[in-house]
Amino acid sequence: MSELEIQASATGHGAGRPQTAPRGRFGRLRVSVVELLAVLVTLLLLTAAIAPRLLAPGDPLAIDPLAAFGAPSWAHWFGTDESGRDIYTRVVDGARDSLLIGLTATLIGLGLGAVLGTIAGTLGAAVDFTVNRFLEVLFAFPGLLLALLFILIFGPGPGSAIVAVGLSTAPGYARIIRAQLLRVRSSGFVEAATVQGLGRTRILARHILPNTLAPLLVLGTLGVGQAIVWAAALSYLGLGAQPPAAEWGAMLSAGRTYITSAWWMSFFPGLFIVLTAVCATALGRAIERRMRHA
Amino acid sequence: MNTAHQPPAASHPMPALRVANLRVAFGDAHADPVVRGVSFEVAAGECLAIVGESGSGKSVTARSLLGLAGPGARVSADELTLAGESVLGLSESAWRRRRGRDVGLVLQDALASLDPLRPIVREIGDSLRLHTRMSGAERTRRVLETLESVGLPDAHRYAGRRSGELSGGQRQRALIAAALALNPPLLVADEPTTALDVTVQAQVLALLEQVRAQGTAIVVISHDLAVVSRLADRVAVMHDGRIVETGPAAEVLTEPRHPETRRMLAAVPVDKPRGHRLAPAAGPRPGGTAPTVAPRVTDRPHHPAAPAAPGAGATSAAANAGIALEAIGLAKTFRGPHGSVHRAVDNVSFSLQRGSTLGIVGESGSGKTTTARLVLALTTADTGEVRLLGQPWSTLPETERRARRPLIGAMYQDVLASFDPRLSVRDILGHAVSGPGSRSEPAATAGSGRAGRDARALVLLDEVGLAAGVLDRRPTDLSGGQRQRVGIARALASRPEILVCDEPVSALDVSVQAQVLDLLDELQRELNLSLLFISHDLGVIQHVSDQVAVMHDGLIVETGTATDVFSTPAHPYTRALLAAVPRLV
Repeated sequence: MSELEIQASATGHGAGRPQTAPRGRFGRLRVSVVELLAVLVTLLLLTAAIAPRLLAPGDPLAIDPLAAFGAPSWAHWFGTDESGRDIYTRVVDGARDSLLIGLTATLIGLGLGAVLGTIAGTLGAAVDFTVNRFLEVLFAFPGLLLALLFILIFGPGPGSAIVAVGLSTAPGYARIIRAQLLRVRSSGFVEAATVQGLGRTRILARHILPNTLAPLLVLGTLGVGQAIVWAAALSYLGLGAQPPAAEWGAMLSAGRTYITSAWWMSFFPGLFIVLTAVCATALGRAIERRMRHA
Repeated sequence: MNTAHQPPAASHPMPALRVANLRVAFGDAHADPVVRGVSFEVAAGECLAIVGESGSGKSVTARSLLGLAGPGARVSADELTLAGESVLGLSESAWRRRRGRDVGLVLQDALASLDPLRPIVREIGDSLRLHTRMSGAERTRRVLETLESVGLPDAHRYAGRRSGELSGGQRQRALIAAALALNPPLLVADEPTTALDVTVQAQVLALLEQVRAQGTAIVVISHDLAVVSRLADRVAVMHDGRIVETGPAAEVLTEPRHPETRRMLAAVPVDKPRGHRLAPAAGPRPGGTAPTVAPRVTDRPHHPAAPAAPGAGATSAAANAGIALEAIGLAKTFRGPHGSVHRAVDNVSFSLQRGSTLGIVGESGSGKTTTARLVLALTTADTGEVRLLGQPWSTLPETERRARRPLIGAMYQDVLASFDPRLSVRDILGHAVSGPGSRSEPAATAGSGRAGRDARALVLLDEVGLAAGVLDRRPTDLSGGQRQRVGIARALASRPEILVCDEPVSALDVSVQAQVLDLLDELQRELNLSLLFISHDLGVIQHVSDQVAVMHDGLIVETGTATDVFSTPAHPYTRALLAAVPRLV
């Protein structure tokens, strides 16, 4: 009997049984070229963040006025800036700050979002209403504007840039978490748990929260890329890391003045911001795809 | 050509459809074919029914007749002739020109088959637009004619509606109208009535009969022999990709020769008395070592059993101890978005004797499921109350009720949705046996902890006839019958007195349904369970129930013993329901 029915689903027959996407024998999806590249680049970026001297032995702050505004060459792969600092060394060195900002900001946003969303979804209609109106107010501001507002109050610097980006992404996460929570809460298995006589806290801990929070991993990976771009934007505006710190957004900003004569000063930091964001997003999608087929 | 058919009448020199040695396989060249050499033909004005279990290949066979066997399907045949022309190996674009014109398709799920955003007049008009040069006005007129011919009078009233604004029966009619718009000589209907209420099903069957009488050849696919017996001239029984038996409907259904046919016929619950087994007692299960029904663990402590024989006339002697569950004047009203009020359940009262089965039968929207939710205290009643074993139940606050929840278990129609998707069967049953207030006895082997939970989970699996091998699988990887068994095992974990079953077998094949019904019957006798059994299927209700309550529009219109209600129905609605039940010839 069982074999017949399994065969049935394999042939797509039967009521409402969704056709699964083509996949391998044991549900493992093949690794695509893009995913492989994303993993490689991410490993490279992580190496740069943890041990920058391994990839670029020089000092990112060492000045060499004679070599100022050097175009990319064998000696300076990405060229040099207005004080003759090696841009390649600085880009490698900047990975740590940029990644740290991206990850921390995302964690703050997710954490805050999870708390707000869970509160809204569990503590009854009045709380839900209040939290929702609060979120709507936050939504009314464009995310970056919210971050700017925060920095205006607490002053510029890498720390406030991180918190600012985290804060401005939190409402989005809170919304998603709340919606997911409501969906899980009205699901058949929560009802079944109620019928079994489980208390509200145990249902929350055993069924609702795990099923709500599992998708957050994917959201988080997707969010890291966005957070890095936003943090770079803040630095670019002079509100995050301050020059001469080797942070990508700050470097981009510094190169702006010389964009017509020394394009490499802004091009390479910009390239790595985009590359990091793309890799994080690609990894997030890859994880999402696998979770869906797990 | 061993299973091929001679056309029944010489007056049809050219059959509407001729299929010889059809084979369909999916996947790589080594994969077993799903359809392994099927041959049949259908004459104009004739109806051939292909019946079989899920996975027998009947649906793939039907879809191959429209070039819709699916992506990756490899279709081969000695002959595949539609309206006198060979359609073997046609390109996709050539098939597109034929679909709708030479052959129409009716699917089971009308809601999914119609675009929810387009009015049905445009949905039905599509095939006319693609295949004819009619003007817009002509198309509309033709669509209206077709709609009227499928029994939607005042068709212009329906034409502008979208599928969501139609009832289930109207939708299915619209779908049939869409298939018939171009008057194709052949109609393929894949489970055309499976999702429908019994009275609507009867209407749709009557419509298909009428279509056949007008000279259209019909191939109808179904797992339900009773449905087929009314419509089909000939029946072909498919099993494992082959036609194992074929012949005139009356002959196949009354004198089945092949064991598979006999098994399917035995599984039909209509008119089979209570306690009559529907499935073979201990069929070997593919891949498994355990028999269908596992031997019982006998030294289980039983509840103080009600001495009264189940059902039969216990009312006079009924002290309160004899009543497992009592509903008194339940009412529940739902408020719609625009101040509309829907009385889902209205003054519903019944009592369930210990150890017996009360069947609640009604069509969709009659308030059955709301009643189940009220009984399980998942929603609060506006008025009335539910008493459990003579004690208050629905009036308790949830915190007090929780301690008594182990007394009452539940089985669901969508059993898959009732399992946490992250959990394996081991976790599901492990949670159930270690649940709060679980009255599951510590089995002889069991200590506490993981090993003890596993031991008890295995006892439960054994009770529902599942092998230990499913323990580490997730419900998504199990078959429908296995899932429902796991659902029963979970419900039994707390050793409940009462089991509320809301359409527990509606999603299952007839023979799997038979196994689950047999299992429930056995467990009931063994554990002295009281069952509240809710179904839209009169055949199932008749088979399982001691007492029956018929629901209609939120009211119980008739109650009585199963024998009385089914043999001498008093209420006109009950009579209408019974008249609509498809029976074997």
